[in-house]
Amino acid sequence: MTDTNVTSDAAGFFTLGEPIADTKAPADVPVPQRWEERKAHAKLVNPANRRKIKVIIVGTGLAGAAAGATLGEAGYQVESFCYQDSPRRAHSIAAQGGINAAKNYRNDGDSTYRLFYDTVKGGDFRSRESNSYRLAEVSASIIDQCVAQGVPFAREYGGLLDNRSFGGVQVSRTFYARGQTGQQLLIGAYQALERQVAAGTVTTHTRHEMLELIVVDNVAKGIIVRDMVTGEIETHLGDAVVLATGGYGNVYFLSTNAMGSNVTAAWRAHRKGAYMGNPCYTQIHPTCIPVSGENQSKLTLMSESLRNDGRIWVPKKKEDCAKDPRDIPEEDRDYYLERIYPAFGNLVPRDIASRQAKYMCDEGRGVGPEVDGVRRGVYLDFADIIERVGRDTVEAKYGNLFDMYAQITAENPYEVPMRVYPAVHYVMGGLWVDYDLESNVKGLFVAGEANFSDQGANRLGASALMQGLADGYFVLPYTIANYLADSHERIDESHPAVIEAKKDVEERINHFLTVNGTRSVDSYHKELGHIMWEYCGMERTKEGLTKAIGLIRELKADFWKNVKVLGSAESLNQSLERAGRVADFFELGELMCIDALNRRESCGGHFRAESATPDGEAARIDEEFAYVAAWEWAGEDGHMPVLHQESLAYEAIEMKARSYK
Amino acid sequence: MKITLNIWRQANASSKGAMQKYDLDDVSEDMSFLEMLDLLNENLNEKGEDPVAFDSDCREGICGTCSLMINGEAHGPEVTTTCQLHMRSFKDGDTITVEPWRAEPFPVLKDLIVDRSAFDRIIQSGGYISVNTGSAPEANNLPVEKAKADRAFDVATCIGCGACVAACPNGSASLFLGAKITHLGELPQGQPERESRVVDMVAQHDHEGFGGCTNIGECTAACPKGIPLDVISQLNKDLRTAMLHGR
Ligand SMILES: Cc1cc2nc3c(=O)[nH]c(=O)nc-3n(C[C@H](O)[C@H](O)[C@H](O)COP(=O)(O)OP(=O)(O)OC[C@H]3O[C@@H](n4cnc5c(N)ncnc54)[C@H](O)[C@@H]3O)c2cc1C
Ligand code: SF4
Ligand code: FES
Repeated sequence: MTDTNVTSDAAGFFTLGEPIADTKAPADVPVPQRWEERKAHAKLVNPANRRKIKVIIVGTGLAGAAAGATLGEAGYQVESFCYQDSPRRAHSIAAQGGINAAKNYRNDGDSTYRLFYDTVKGGDFRSRESNSYRLAEVSASIIDQCVAQGVPFAREYGGLLDNRSFGGVQVSRTFYARGQTGQQLLIGAYQALERQVAAGTVTTHTRHEMLELIVVDNVAKGIIVRDMVTGEIETHLGDAVVLATGGYGNVYFLSTNAMGSNVTAAWRAHRKGAYMGNPCYTQIHPTCIPVSGENQSKLTLMSESLRNDGRIWVPKKKEDCAKDPRDIPEEDRDYYLERIYPAFGNLVPRDIASRQAKYMCDEGRGVGPEVDGVRRGVYLDFADIIERVGRDTVEAKYGNLFDMYAQITAENPYEVPMRVYPAVHYVMGGLWVDYDLESNVKGLFVAGEANFSDQGANRLGASALMQGLADGYFVLPYTIANYLADSHERIDESHPAVIEAKKDVEERINHFLTVNGTRSVDSYHKELGHIMWEYCGMERTKEGLTKAIGLIRELKADFWKNVKVLGSAESLNQSLERAGRVADFFELGELMCIDALNRRESCGGHFRAESATPDGEAARIDEEFAYVAAWEWAGEDGHMPVLHQESLAYEAIEMKARSYK
Repeated sequence: MKITLNIWRQANASSKGAMQKYDLDDVSEDMSFLEMLDLLNENLNEKGEDPVAFDSDCREGICGTCSLMINGEAHGPEVTTTCQLHMRSFKDGDTITVEPWRAEPFPVLKDLIVDRSAFDRIIQSGGYISVNTGSAPEANNLPVEKAKADRAFDVATCIGCGACVAACPNGSASLFLGAKITHLGELPQGQPERESRVVDMVAQHDHEGFGGCTNIGECTAACPKGIPLDVISQLNKDLRTAMLHGR
């Protein structure tokens, strides 16, 4: 091991590999010109050849559906996969708040540069300049595209598009469709995808789960999937594979993600050689409905757009915490975000808002029911705005969110302030990709939340939808064509790599069905989630993370010996599906802790208690950690993962401490 | 709370199903209906009995995956999705009957899970606006009257759950169909394909085996997104116009 390792908190848990030198971004031109430059020199595929080329796309969320539709239009044969019963149900559908775009419709000084700047700063200088710039650059076309598809964005009386502002920025650049922006955008992309199904360029495989990647000499050749209805194990071979499989926040068990969201596709690729980038960067969303009981299966997010009009507070005095909030007079309320961050107030970025909420509750000033002796909730209060503009206006803007809150909590948020608490929401980490969105496994492309590339250590609100669609509509179609323009050798099903991948899948399934243990899959998942939240959640310490790694290893060993999965492999079997996903979450969870342990600095969604300023803010350590951590799988238990560092340089923006005060 | 459940169990598409009775003891009011079923499944798993298969994903009322007939009503007694239904809607000691969507074009795959891919095929037949990526004009070049934009939005909120079909005595998908026709028909972008869209989508609807609409209104009463019945009038109006034009 090298010197760097010796001083690392994670010494003994990893080894250091070669640094990553080239990310394929055209570094010889300034940041704003890189994408034009890349496109100008990308190779093209002759339209007549496209129909002979097969692209496998796993995932039908914004990234996967957009890529599928666009590549289908271009004339490629697309095979599209998702685990739901329809592509329209991908998790992107749940996004509430909105999508950013640098349109400057408000004449408030927005521009590509400013969106780029906010993204890099918001990501705490841990994202790549080239990628973030491109994201901002194509953002405006996304809105044009979606409007042309019939996405019913909010409009003003003059008939033009309306927008609003979101956490972490001071301009209005977020386009929205009430509280259902994700649904509307996804339906647009889904319809475009279905149009291609009718045109014969896209074939959809719903209720199919990818369980293995087929790799030959570090080139992706296809995937193994399980038909979730019949249990049949199928092989699909193609000229390139795209993973657009979303995020892995469900490693925490309780999160705002859909029940089926998983890491399996990405993790299987990781085990076949693809690097995992920055796995420890988890975004905690500040405004979710607090946990209410033991049997809860998921957490519900309250859109961040609510922070535009709702004021966040807790009582100044602990004695007031159990009182009806309406009986607490103004002078006894602590509007702590407005107090600590006067410039941004309630609109500070998510990591800051989340951490402050935790501190308030840790101090004993939280509200709501006591869970394990602590009240974990803060108020999000709409009384002021309702008084100012009237209930009807508030209802028009946020009606469905208020209804959802009332439905879940049985409290009326028009009368009593909402109670919110942070919850796991989004992951900035994911498979490592270069500027072309290609992983280090050739021909394996990764788009949307499944890759690590654009958001840095923290993501500003309304930027994930933007990234999913940017990747799918406007980036991948160019970069993948560049790859497909070269000829690639095809393999057939008799190839040893196919046989081996298939055998691995079958053995795993067979193992789960024959362990005959005593504990349910969910009980393991819950316990893993507790460990992750406790030690690799909002605040992390060396001690906690080290402990977590030990606990995860123990639990994982027990899981393999003692899990109980009933039913058969040849039928629809939901426990079996979950068992495979949880198995991968164990390995991911361990790597997340190792990554977090090694990164002895605080940045964005990663807050190491050992690295704070005297006033409790995150202290980043640029001299040591201005790099992307790309982890290589080294093998099963006993083999330490290998860390490859890609250093981050800032040319267009000066790297400074991030302050919202 | 103590709850007794009568649940439809069916091993696969080709086998015969039957109702099966289960008792649950510690159901809390704050649980969602699906969390209550999770609890049942944990108990069944413990006893070595095959858990009940049911569909859900977002558990936020937006993806349209969950789909249960509860006491004969699509998504149960409240006008919402099953995942947003809470046990506080029931009383201690209640017996609850749980079945899958029943409609010929939605065959049962296992227990409470049905195949709704017929909806995707209806969309394939014309439920989109034909625009290739990269060829869209600047978004604000085409203003949309707010009233129309709002109506388009209201009906675009359809989550494709199929409750309307399950609730309809004729097994018609007219509400689902009307919602899409109206969504795209309200917008200037949707005009060029307006007539062919309605003709093709109705043809596919009938081809899938969904029944005709006789204005009973059970669909809109069951719709968790409040899609109004007038989308069906809009559907018929659009269809007549298209016919008049010889489509
Ligand atoms: C409640 C909520 C609200 C949000 N609100 C916003 C917001 O307002 N603005 C914003 O910008 N972002 C928001 N986000 C984040 C954003 O929604 C996601 O990051 C984004 O939608 C991810 O899109 P995706 O296309 O990468 O993946 P997803 O939409 O997650 O799609 C994943 C796809 O992969 C498929 N899949 C996964 N694994 C497999 C497998 N093994 N085999 C086969 N198929 C597989 C799934 O079936 C699915 O089709 C929100 C997220 C949540 C949870
Ligand atoms: S119209 Fe209503 S009930 Fe029918 S599919 Fe759409 S949301 Fe469901
Ligand atoms: S699970 Fe998504 S709507 Fe019920």
